[in-house]
This record gives sequence, C-alpha cells and structure tokens, in this order.
Amino acid sequence: MNRPGFIELMGFGEHGWGATMLHAALITLAVAICGFLVGAVIGVFAAWAKVQGGPVLRRIADAYTTVLRGIPDLLVIYLFYFGGSSVLSTLGHLFGQSGFIGIPGFLAGALAVGVASGAHHTEVFRGAYAAVPKGEIEAAMAIGMSRPLRFRRIIAPLTLRTAIPALGNVWQLVLKESALVSVTGVVELLRQAQIGSGSTRQPFDFFLAAGILYLVISTISGWIMSRAERHYSRGMRRA
Amino acid sequence: MDFAFLYETLLTILPGVPLTLKLAVGSALLGLVLALILALMRLSGVKPLEWVARLYVFVLRGTPLLVQIFLIYYGLGQFPAVRHSLLWPFLREPVWCAVLALTLNTAAYGSEIIRGGLLSIPGGQIEAARACGMSRFLLFRRIVLPLAIRQALPAYGNEFISMVKATSLASIITLMEITGLAAKLISETYRAIEVFIVAGAIYLAINFVLTRIILFAEYRLTPHLRERPGGVPSIDDRLDPAAAAAEGLPGGKVH
Repeated sequence: MNRPGFIELMGFGEHGWGATMLHAALITLAVAICGFLVGAVIGVFAAWAKVQGGPVLRRIADAYTTVLRGIPDLLVIYLFYFGGSSVLSTLGHLFGQSGFIGIPGFLAGALAVGVASGAHHTEVFRGAYAAVPKGEIEAAMAIGMSRPLRFRRIIAPLTLRTAIPALGNVWQLVLKESALVSVTGVVELLRQAQIGSGSTRQPFDFFLAAGILYLVISTISGWIMSRAERHYSRGMRRA
Repeated sequence: MDFAFLYETLLTILPGVPLTLKLAVGSALLGLVLALILALMRLSGVKPLEWVARLYVFVLRGTPLLVQIFLIYYGLGQFPAVRHSLLWPFLREPVWCAVLALTLNTAAYGSEIIRGGLLSIPGGQIEAARACGMSRFLLFRRIVLPLAIRQALPAYGNEFISMVKATSLASIITLMEITGLAAKLISETYRAIEVFIVAGAIYLAINFVLTRIILFAEYRLTPHLRERPGGVPSIDDRLDPAAAAAEGLPGGKVH
C-alpha cells in the first residue's frame, strides 16, 4: 500500500486532513479559553475568600486548592463528565423525564478544566494581591472611594498587572490540560488526531501534527502574553 | 452517603496503587538522570549541545503529555523498522511506553529546575574549590551537586507530585492503575461521585506522604538553617514574636 507523505496527508488537497486538523485546533482553543475563564472566576472568588474571608470561607478555599492540586485532572474530568450526566438524569426524573440525559462533553470538559485550573488561579491572584502596595489602597480609601469603585479602579488593575506572567503559565497549563477533554468525546485536536490515525493507519503523522499545532498555539500565546506584560507594565520601574 | 459502597470501591481501587507508584517512582528516577544530563548540556557552553537541550525542553514542555504518550504508544508502531527492532518487545507494552513518555516529559521540566539550582551556586564557592586544587569531577561531586540539590529540592518536590498526578494518563493506554480502575468502576456503576471521592482520597494520601518525605529531606539537607541545640537563639527567633515571647525576650516583628 502506498502511504501518502506527511505533507500530503496534512495538506489541504482532496485527501488532505489539513483543514480538519485546523478546525480541531480551534475547538481546542475554545475549550482552553472557556476553561481558563471559568478557572479565573473561581480563582478570584477563592483568592478573595483566602484574603478577606472569615475562618469558614478561608478553610473552604484552602481545602479546595489543596485537594485540586493533589489529585489528577483526568479524575476531575471523569467526575464532571459522568457525575454531571447522573446529576442531570436525576434532575430529569424530578421533572418527569425518564431515561439518561448526558452532559455535553464540551461543557463538562470546560467546567472540569476550569475547576482544576482554578486552584492555580487562586494562588496567582492571592500572590498578586499581596504585592499591591498597601498605600495605594489606603489612598483610595482616603479620597472616599466606595468598595466596588476601589476594586474596579485600584485593586483589579494593579493585581492583574503583577499577575500577567503567572497567568501566562496557568494558560499554558490549561492549554495542555485541554487535551484530556478528548476522553469525553469532544472532537478537539487530540481526538481528531485519534480519528484520523484510525482511518488512515498513520498514527505517528497525526499525533506529530497535533503536537506541532499545540506547539504553535503555545508559542503564539506565549508571545502575546509577553507583549501584554510589556504593555501593562509601562508605568512600572524595573529594579 | 453509602459507606458500604465506598468500602467496596476502596477495595476495588486499592490494587491499582502499586502500579501507580511503580510508574511514578520509575519514571521520576529515570527522569532525574535525564534531567541532570540535559541541564549539564544546557550549561556546557558547547553550542550544539546547548541547542539540542533547548529544543528538547521547548518541544516537551510545549506539547501535552497525552500527545507524547500517544506518539510513543500508537505512533512508533507505524514504522516497520521499529516493529522489527530489538526494542519492539518493550515498545509494544503499554507499561514501558508510559514509563518512557513520563520520563521524557518530566526530564524536560526537571532540567529547568536543576539548571536553576546549578545557576544559583555562588561563584565564590567554585573558586574556593578550584583554589584548593579540586579536580573538575571532585568539584562537581562535592561542591556543585550538593548545593544545587539543596537549592532545587523544593521545586523538584512539586515536580514529583505532578508526576504522581501524571501517571493517571497511563489509564488511557489501558493500564489499570488507580484512575484506570476508577474509570472502569464509574462506567460499570455510574456512581461517579463516590468513586471520585475514594480515588481522590488515595491520590491525596500518596501526595501527602510524598510531601512529608520531601520536607524531611529538606530538613536533613539544611542543617545550617536549624537552631543549634541548647545554643543561643538565632536572630530569626528573636524576630518571631511567638518565639520571642516564649523565650521572654524583647522584640518581635513589626507588622
């Protein structure tokens, strides 16, 4: 049997998988971005609980970060995928629906990646908040800013500025974690590579192509992050 | 909460613990050796070696571990040359593929940690050792390596913990370690939450023990940071208000 070469296989010709793989790369990006945003929201609340919360909230946030950093992300994805389906089915029963209701893989995957990465986000935001000079916050109080205004105008921008490099690292983690979402059947980059290698019997070419696309995404996003870091630290003096 | 089921689940999943530990320990040790080699290549000052190490770290850290596992487990078999080679009996087995992928992956992260440790050694220490007439190898063994290990240990400890977590991916290539057994049980019983609690608790327990071991190693490696038995309280104790109060000393950190 005559096997097509790597370039031909991943090209955009009649038998090329190029367009399919690029589309799958977009799905990977979508999963990663959704997961990252979910994680960021959780991270903000958990960091707030750790910094300002009472003893109970602080305990909960501590338990959350300890547990999520100690167990594999794959397990979290299974929990959301299978657990989410059984919760939905039970809810369905209450509303008179019989039978099994599956949770969409994309939703379960994005939520699971978000919850797993939220632990990293929490520590990043907490560290960055600690780096905000107290004088800035006191000054904001002194001129009579309300709490929300203080958060929006002073705390959020200053925290984000210090957090950008660490957030870049979390993003790289999330991007790689998104590959695990393939177990839920979402046709993202890795799943597409599996499908392709199944139908052409050329697994090496497909996984190589997937690896290259992951590298491209992480390199471009790393470049964007360093641009953002430079842009938002214009006002800061380099020691 | 159905405790009988939780207990059943525990009994089903526990047999997976040895495999998880074997994968983690095996690839962590092999990865450590490879990481040291890579870090030395990076710092060798020989351009080609430096570039190879740099490219290795870039590729292995920029792609998901699962892609690397698939590339080794499914991908290599595509080539007849590999299938007819002496290595095939190993590369055919999912266990060896998982160990290989985990080793290659952790070596990339580990080499950066070790590189940081090596770079942190004060130049004066190396100059002093040279002045004593130590050979390159003796200098490396007695001065550079111990100092670098001490410096790198906390970060490398985190890498060990992420190795334990990473072994869960071996379940995707059919290995029945903790996550593999858990996933099988979930698909049989559809009781994801209970199974998750049990499997998660096992992982937490392993990582808890691992953290303690690393802390103990750190304690052993930093005798100079410990208080002298029965000696004068160090300056740090005096800065610590609780210790100062206990000793009846004035002072304490101003917050």
